[in-house]
Amino acid sequence: MAIKSLEDLRKIKAESKKQTEARKLNDRQIIIGMGTCGIAAGARAVMTAVLEELAKRNIHDVAVLQTGCIGMCQKEPLLDIVRPGEDRVTYGPVSPTDVPRIIADHLINGVVVEDLVVAKIPSKEA
Amino acid sequence: MALVRAHVLVCTGTGCVSSGSRKVIAKFEEELRANALDKEVKVVETGCQGFCEQGPLVIIYPEGTFYTHVQEADVTEIVSEHLIKGRIVNRLLFKEPLTAQSVPDYAEIDFYKKQHRLVLKNCGHINPDSLEEYIAADGYEGLAKVLLTMTPEQVVEEMKKTGLRGRGGGGFPTGMKWGFCQKSPGPKKYIICNADEGDPGAFMDRSLLEGDPHAILEGMIIGAYAIGADEGYIYCRAEYPLAIKRLKQAIAQAEEAGLLGNNILGTDFSCTLHIKEGAGAFVCGEETALMASIEGKRGMPRPRPPFPAVKGLWGKPSNINNVETFANVPYIFRVGAEEYAKLGTEKSKGTKVFALTGKINNTGLAEVPMGITMREIIFDIGGGIIGGKKFKAVQIGGPSGGCIPEQLLDTAIDYDSLIAAGAMMGSGGLVVMDEDTCMVDVAKFFLNFTQAESCGKCTPCREGTKRMLEMLEKITDGRGEDGDIEKLEKLASSIKAGALCALGQTAPNPILSTLRYFRDEYEAHIKEKRCPAGACQHLLSYKITEACKGCGLCAKNCPVDAISGEPKKQYVIDPAKCIKCGACLTKCPFKAIVRG
Repeated sequence: MAIKSLEDLRKIKAESKKQTEARKLNDRQIIIGMGTCGIAAGARAVMTAVLEELAKRNIHDVAVLQTGCIGMCQKEPLLDIVRPGEDRVTYGPVSPTDVPRIIADHLINGVVVEDLVVAKIPSKEA
Repeated sequence: MALVRAHVLVCTGTGCVSSGSRKVIAKFEEELRANALDKEVKVVETGCQGFCEQGPLVIIYPEGTFYTHVQEADVTEIVSEHLIKGRIVNRLLFKEPLTAQSVPDYAEIDFYKKQHRLVLKNCGHINPDSLEEYIAADGYEGLAKVLLTMTPEQVVEEMKKTGLRGRGGGGFPTGMKWGFCQKSPGPKKYIICNADEGDPGAFMDRSLLEGDPHAILEGMIIGAYAIGADEGYIYCRAEYPLAIKRLKQAIAQAEEAGLLGNNILGTDFSCTLHIKEGAGAFVCGEETALMASIEGKRGMPRPRPPFPAVKGLWGKPSNINNVETFANVPYIFRVGAEEYAKLGTEKSKGTKVFALTGKINNTGLAEVPMGITMREIIFDIGGGIIGGKKFKAVQIGGPSGGCIPEQLLDTAIDYDSLIAAGAMMGSGGLVVMDEDTCMVDVAKFFLNFTQAESCGKCTPCREGTKRMLEMLEKITDGRGEDGDIEKLEKLASSIKAGALCALGQTAPNPILSTLRYFRDEYEAHIKEKRCPAGACQHLLSYKITEACKGCGLCAKNCPVDAISGEPKKQYVIDPAKCIKCGACLTKCPFKAIVRG
């Protein structure tokens, strides 16, 4: 690594910033149900698919979080998408193959994947 | 490759390492591998997070959950509960000392919430062994701005506008100091960082060096450019092995990246930095003694002038600043002098890092804007006094400083208000004392320190501190006489006027400030042969009252067989044999033993 100009410094900064993005709670969030029911229904595989998809798309400023059972065990694995100022949307049951579609359509482009929706929780800000 | 979704930040400052954080890290790595989480969860070693008393500290992001006192045995639970299921492990959360409430969120804890962290921003948040993480946190932006857009004269002018004053103790304006050295003629100059932190109770410099070493380097390179130096030294005490290790690593990384060495950032400016390990003499924190020590001579001060800016290391113009001063520099040049000068009071700008120790609930590092009151630091950030006892005084500025009593707790703190109160900023060590602390004993402790550390070159310091210590010992032993206080005052003023360096000149401060605010305690020792705080052993006596049930536990625990009696009858202490250790008092189940 040689830094010979301001451009070099900025380039390294942009690249390094991606590695430390997880050290804050970003506004855009993906939340996966990780209760016993969720894990039994395959939530770990969904988690892996989410992380791989985000890496593939080089998206770092998204917080990937887990939550416990919310009592809708038959719809597990559940996955929520949070975008600032919009409704929080719960999807389920989600299979790893659904993940790229949810990330591309909803997380990135803001279009809800209606056929997988379980519930919508109004945003506090809206 | 998968995205790393969570970071587990484990503190590897000296405090947390000694309470076991290395084992915690190893266990985390083992558990993450066993649960196939090692690709998505990253363990990051950080520098000191400043809350050493609660260590080992672990912060888990993105949530920012703050776990305290984490031991190896807790790791399995954190991994299976928090990292797999997203459930917070409540029992490991920090509890506010005043409300006893658990606070999961790092940023919501009073200790951190009420601080203003500029200098400590990266400490505990980035990996100090990683240049990339420092750059990601805006590192070396200030240097780039300085080297690519400013002349050395502009750098000095900008520095003057900030109003930054030296953080090592004296509080001399940094911009003026840089200006003097810049104007000194000569092709060869040196920039020096004073990292010989030695005040009892001060550890802010160590934490900065361990937690954010690149910030110190960046500050030094900017300073070198401003004064026209191409070489510099960091004088760090050998008792800070971790700080030295991380500095060495940081220097190697910066050299490899072209941020140190020849043609920095593609410009004509070149600079190299060395580390000099100090052998642990307190006096080497004095600038002329420090430079003598770098030159391989015995660490002793010499009279000034000539000041280092004229004739310093190896006889060349040199500029010497403290670690915390340099740590302010990158931020200043990133945001500009005007922005920086918004913080603080009229004559003391910016923030100051204080090391909170003593009888306080939250021991650790607190960075606050100048002008805050001592009450806010001790009670809001520090969480008040241990065991709900009464506050008596706070000692600030180490052996050169003084004690601030309760009636001055609401004074806004800056360099000048502290001098007016008979103390000084010093490096910012705060030792909090409660009602059980004897102020004569405190003065004796600090005199014992300065007396042992006096280099012996000048008579006022070598002989004067020795005599003052003897007088204090006489007073605490119960041999004090009328006139002793006046003698102490007279000797103190002679030492202040006659000592060669600042260490000698300020050595009487602990006595003078305790005399100023707690003269009645000195008088009680001398006239009544009584220690009001019950701390001076020679002036104590223990008695067994009628509450005694005759259990005999005191007699069993007495190390010198000074207690005798018959079962179920009141026991007695033989004052001739009693060594006043207090073992009986702590063991008595009926609180029948009193100290008077």
